[in-house]
Amino acid sequence: MKAVHVIQGRAVPLERSDVDTDQIIPSDWLKRVERTGFGRGLFSEWRDSPEFVLNQEQFQGATILLAGPRFGTGSSREHAVWALMDYGFEAIIAPSFGDIFRNNSSKQGLVIVELPSGDVEELNALVKANPALQLTIDIERLTVEIAESGWQRTFTLDPMTRERLLNGWDDIGLTMLRENEITTFEKKTHSPTLNGIFDASGHTLR
Amino acid sequence: MSKQTLFEKIWDEHVVASPVGEPTLIYIDLHLVHEVTSPQAFDGLRLSNRTVRRPDRTLATADHNVPTDPISTPVNDPISRRQLEALDENCAEFGITLFPRGHENQGIVHIIGPELGVTKPGMTIVCGDSHTSTHGAFGALAFGIGTSEVEHVLATQTLPQQKAKTMSVTVKGKAPKGVSAKDIVLKIVSTLGTGGGAGYVIEYRGEAISDLSMEGRMTVCNMSIEAGARAGLVAVDETTIDYLRGRAGVPDGEEFEKLATYWRTLTSDDDATFDKEVVIDASELVPFITWGTNPAQVVALDGVVPTPDDFSDADSKDATARSLEYMGLEPGTPIKEIPVDVVFIGSCTNSRIEDLREAAAVAKGSKVATTVRALVVPGSHRVKKQAELEGLDKIFIDAGFEWREPGCSMCLGMNPDQLTPGQRSASTSNRNFEGRQGRGGRTHLVSPVVAAASAIKGRFATPDEVA
Repeated sequence: MKAVHVIQGRAVPLERSDVDTDQIIPSDWLKRVERTGFGRGLFSEWRDSPEFVLNQEQFQGATILLAGPRFGTGSSREHAVWALMDYGFEAIIAPSFGDIFRNNSSKQGLVIVELPSGDVEELNALVKANPALQLTIDIERLTVEIAESGWQRTFTLDPMTRERLLNGWDDIGLTMLRENEITTFEKKTHSPTLNGIFDASGHTLR
Repeated sequence: MSKQTLFEKIWDEHVVASPVGEPTLIYIDLHLVHEVTSPQAFDGLRLSNRTVRRPDRTLATADHNVPTDPISTPVNDPISRRQLEALDENCAEFGITLFPRGHENQGIVHIIGPELGVTKPGMTIVCGDSHTSTHGAFGALAFGIGTSEVEHVLATQTLPQQKAKTMSVTVKGKAPKGVSAKDIVLKIVSTLGTGGGAGYVIEYRGEAISDLSMEGRMTVCNMSIEAGARAGLVAVDETTIDYLRGRAGVPDGEEFEKLATYWRTLTSDDDATFDKEVVIDASELVPFITWGTNPAQVVALDGVVPTPDDFSDADSKDATARSLEYMGLEPGTPIKEIPVDVVFIGSCTNSRIEDLREAAAVAKGSKVATTVRALVVPGSHRVKKQAELEGLDKIFIDAGFEWREPGCSMCLGMNPDQLTPGQRSASTSNRNFEGRQGRGGRTHLVSPVVAAASAIKGRFATPDEVA
């Protein structure tokens, strides 16, 4: 994962609540075995409409998505995060997020910024009035800022997610440093394995 | 020692390391794998020169992509076929037991774990699928993960996790006659909302829950994620133990009884406290249906399509208007007057033998309306075989239902079983999201008995309307 310190860019207001991961990337796209190229499928059921906000000229090239409450609920598909990042988004600002989506985002370096709905609505209005507005998200200071007007809010991230974003740490590598603890645990656990249940062809032995 | 909830007991048993200021590292007892969320994880292992730490705690099946046509029919979609082949190759390379399409143990991942007895009380279970919460019915801590976490578990058999908060949802009193597990969970999801369970592990309690069979408890736990909760639990009792006895994955005789003695401890202590407590009165339960595009948009079968004015906040008004437009519904329309084009009985929510028995009892001797296409997709080959032993296939076929091969099928339409734009379904699955069952499709979530009755009447209907 790439380290992220500051995200600076324009934002696009989605203005929809309950955008589930099926909306972010429909299941048709989930058949692929690759990790790249999902950007074309982002919000694909809505992209046909010229009025859809992502199709509007003034929002091309935006890197921050402003969304409604409960963004990313539903399916565990990490493809939703891949699609958002492949399209060019670096951060999502919304009042609340689906748990699995939030987790998946943290593994890929997509920054999840939770702000009260009043603040998100304010940002929507500001960005609609001036689509060229530059937003700055600072992971070190945990702030969202519009330098031009002095608008500023703080947000929270769990300390480990923040550290990992700032350092670009690989989760698996970190866990593998705990090899001794994992081995110790495995020696004492009584939790049954699959041994003795199936033969080599997967047929049950009893 | 202080009083503990069931979640806290299982959590404590699985802590590998709890470094200060970092998430807890927990051990994963069982990792279930399917073709959709795993190929990129296996690729990741190869790229980093890593291996699967515990193939003996990893079990794979093909489910999301598989066609439900007769097994002799090839997988015609080349992208689906490639994904299924990738699973074959990955499981062979890393030594993982796999049930490919057509294998006697193949089926939807959340159906096969329990029926084979590999899902056991007290375990931690993960899968790259949000409906992993299903296994919580056994008093196991089971939750869905993304592909990065799939790779993490493959490599280390552990996951760094923030400890969830605890919520109890008590369904007080006995469920009225004619109310199924699906109606109970639709009521729970509509009470909590799609985000109400976020950050929590829910324990379902109360008489209406403990009265449920294991199949019913699985239906309830399955849809925990629809209320935003990654995991749902039901405490172990004799229903749990009776279900497990004799299954392929559990031992016999004395060894089983020893396990059962441990399993009986897997309940929340009396007076254990939860971070949040929700009580639902079972007397409020009736057959329910979703009318909109998220699973919390629920109304009684006897009710009418709501109007945006039924909601006070701007967000819900907006969402309602948008849902109604997508669903092609007029406010005030009685639900039972809405015609149905497709009926889908299947999915990890409602494709177990009990679901098929209940639906068949409604369908028996009747005919599917000429305007309706009705599919029955058993959850696994074992469910299919059992149903055929009981003659349920004949009942469905005689009534005009299609009797198909197992898989996830029309729940998410990754295989050829899809709605066409504008088609309306009565579906026993778990999500009514826009386009979920096919682009432009309109999904209404219902119980198996309501689905069967609706197939026959050609409109949404309750079983009492079928003569």
